[in-house]
Amino acid sequence: MTTRYVLVLAGILTLVGLAMFIYKWQVLGLPLDPAQETPTWTVETTISFDSGPGSINVNLQIPTLTPGFATLDEYSVSRNYAFGLNYVGADREAQWTVRRADGAQTLYYRIIVYEDPASDQSDMTPPLPIPPVITEPFKTAVDMVVADVDEHSADEGSFTSVLLRLFNNPSPNPNVELLLAEAESRADFVQTITTVLASAGIPARIVRGISLQERQRQVEPVPWLEIHDGDRWRYFDPSTGDEGLPDRFLVWWRGSEPLVRVEGGSNLEVRFAVQRNYVDSLDIAEHRAELKQSRLLDFSLFSLPIETQSVYSVLLMIPIGALIMVLMRNVIGIDAFGTFMPVLIALAFRETELVWGVILFSVLVSLGLSIRFLLERLRLLLVPRLSAVLIVVVLLMLIISIVSHQLGMDTGLSVALFPMVIIAMTIERMSVVWEERGAGDAMRAGAGSMLVAIVAYLAMGMNWLEHIIITFPELLLIVLAAVLLLGRYTGYRLSELTRFKAVIGR
Amino acid sequence: MLRTRKLLRESGVLGLNERNAEFIMRMNPRRLYPRVDDKELTKKLAIEAGMPVPELYGVISNQGGVRRFSDIVADRDSFVVKPARGSGGDGIVVIVGRSKRKKDSYRLASGLLVSGAEIEHHLSNIVGGQYSLSGNPDSALIEYCVHFDPLFADVSYQGVPDIRVIVYRGYPVMSMVRLPTRTSEGKANLHQGAVGAGIDLSTGRTLKGVLGNDVVDEHPDTGALIPGLYIPRWDFILQSSARSSEVTGLGYVGVDMVIDKDLGPLILEMNARPGLNIQIANACGLSHRLKRIDEIFDAAADPSTRAKVARQEFAAERQGTLALDESD
Repeated sequence: MTTRYVLVLAGILTLVGLAMFIYKWQVLGLPLDPAQETPTWTVETTISFDSGPGSINVNLQIPTLTPGFATLDEYSVSRNYAFGLNYVGADREAQWTVRRADGAQTLYYRIIVYEDPASDQSDMTPPLPIPPVITEPFKTAVDMVVADVDEHSADEGSFTSVLLRLFNNPSPNPNVELLLAEAESRADFVQTITTVLASAGIPARIVRGISLQERQRQVEPVPWLEIHDGDRWRYFDPSTGDEGLPDRFLVWWRGSEPLVRVEGGSNLEVRFAVQRNYVDSLDIAEHRAELKQSRLLDFSLFSLPIETQSVYSVLLMIPIGALIMVLMRNVIGIDAFGTFMPVLIALAFRETELVWGVILFSVLVSLGLSIRFLLERLRLLLVPRLSAVLIVVVLLMLIISIVSHQLGMDTGLSVALFPMVIIAMTIERMSVVWEERGAGDAMRAGAGSMLVAIVAYLAMGMNWLEHIIITFPELLLIVLAAVLLLGRYTGYRLSELTRFKAVIGR
Repeated sequence: MLRTRKLLRESGVLGLNERNAEFIMRMNPRRLYPRVDDKELTKKLAIEAGMPVPELYGVISNQGGVRRFSDIVADRDSFVVKPARGSGGDGIVVIVGRSKRKKDSYRLASGLLVSGAEIEHHLSNIVGGQYSLSGNPDSALIEYCVHFDPLFADVSYQGVPDIRVIVYRGYPVMSMVRLPTRTSEGKANLHQGAVGAGIDLSTGRTLKGVLGNDVVDEHPDTGALIPGLYIPRWDFILQSSARSSEVTGLGYVGVDMVIDKDLGPLILEMNARPGLNIQIANACGLSHRLKRIDEIFDAAADPSTRAKVARQEFAAERQGTLALDESD
């Protein structure tokens, strides 16, 4: 009956722990690997112009909906200017204003983005109003092109593809030639396409974005085509007619608005620069959790002050040590002093390193033991004797530190990190066992404690494990479940297989 | 390894984990522990139940009382000092006599002399809690030193051999005698090198001995044959043990008895967490016997009936794990 409760409880704990772990890992993207970093791109827009006599008003189109990317941060650098963000429909504009300025002016806008496949937000803005007014002789040309393409296509998507292929034909027909006569740039080309699409009853607009590379100084926004098929917006490559966006393409702004409008200035120049950086994946995950309005990470370890975090990075490993302790005791059956003494010693080993830890600990305990035997002769009462041992332990630690420092071995200094009360108790327990049960038993239990401490140290010292536990503390629920299950383990301990061999041996 | 595991299972060997989870935790309510953990209380309860115990000379329960030591033992030549809440025989000092020349000098079982001051220091340690299960302050009992039955003289080296009976739900299920050796320094503790020998419950006759993990026929120090000794007043021992369940309320208990040459079997102490070495001494696992008790358990049976049932059920021959080969 009890076993069933334990099974159910352990099952629930495991499920909760696993569910939280998987959510944080898969959905929020918390990294399993401590060294994992996520690339981010910083895109910097530099606006330079000469100031005019009056007040200056600068408007810059900035990214709003960026499929495939999420914004980590954005800010502007602009001395003396008032800076603000304006929402124009579904788009955003950065606006700088100043009453007066002298000479050449430079304004910066920076946005930091990271790749986020989940950020496929689609534009909910309604299709653009149609139809456009087109004058002759273009109207006839457009009508003929539309009629021609219509014959070869089934829906809005294929219409757009066919149209683009027709316009990109190296030997265009006269109608296309006429329509493209005044298109000087790729942007004009896409603009013309949108007009033709509009005449065909398909809402379309020009999209401009930046192709993100590792490091670029001068980047030109690339025009792209976006059409609405009555259901959603779709992207098309204006030079091939293929659907989709290029890789790592940060959509900057949509529509035929100019990138920058400057009132009260002249000689406008706009430059884009791209720089790739790497940011700790954890920061990205936290940011993503914020975007998803997940409260989970608000309650994570990372919301604590740094010093507290480092304390917990040690504390959270103690359950692992406790689990090792349970395994060593109840499954393997190793004798050790004190229930958690080995775990605390293992914690001290974290600071001293293993070999030095073992040496220092052995030296400390054996010195303490010999002095404890001397104290025995003085016939002190129990509590004063324990206190005397404690004081001796502290003095020994001091002496070891000083001597090793003089010898130029600074590792000896870390002896101060040993839990002295635990050591004093260990010495006392060991001496009692020594007297009552003999040196053999005392040594065996001492060696057992050391063994457990070493195993616990090795387990608690695994970097990836520490990272995983700190990032996903809910996994401790699974550790708890394991300990509960082990609490109902009624099988033989490994050591009992040898111990009771005599029973079956006869 | 898995094979050993399977064989152990088949022989019904009880492991520590199973003992703790299935028997101690289930059968022994924690609130009843003081009845066996505190030897002074155990003694009182046993006397009330009419069970024979070594006479208590005095109790020292605080530091100030240590001075009373010499008064308590003023007209005693032999006595035993033990912590009331000790465990595993720790802290027990057996005084078998006094030095002829110095009145304040006491002779240990080993023949060594100790001064009164040394014993008083030991008493302070006991009172301070050095040997107590929890490390809390304790009291020291000074009681009658058993003059053990000459039956055991040849098979023990100093110290007092004692008889351990495991009692499950009031039924004795297994028993052994623990014989001190030179290595165990006179202590009847298998772990420290004492010889353990199982006892056939039905006849009260000793089986082969075990030293460590080895089977022995002869006592390592005296060379006397261990198997085949008949424990005197065996029926009385089984009945007294069986009564322990009424006295303590515990369902799984180890009763330790000694046989005094004048007073007969005396109850030394009881244990709520009796060790598992008894299985080695009997070359027989406990599990099958415990299961059998669950089958035949009768709440109405009185201690003598239960002792009788145990004698019928758990004869060494019937267990099929004959430790004593009848042909030799």
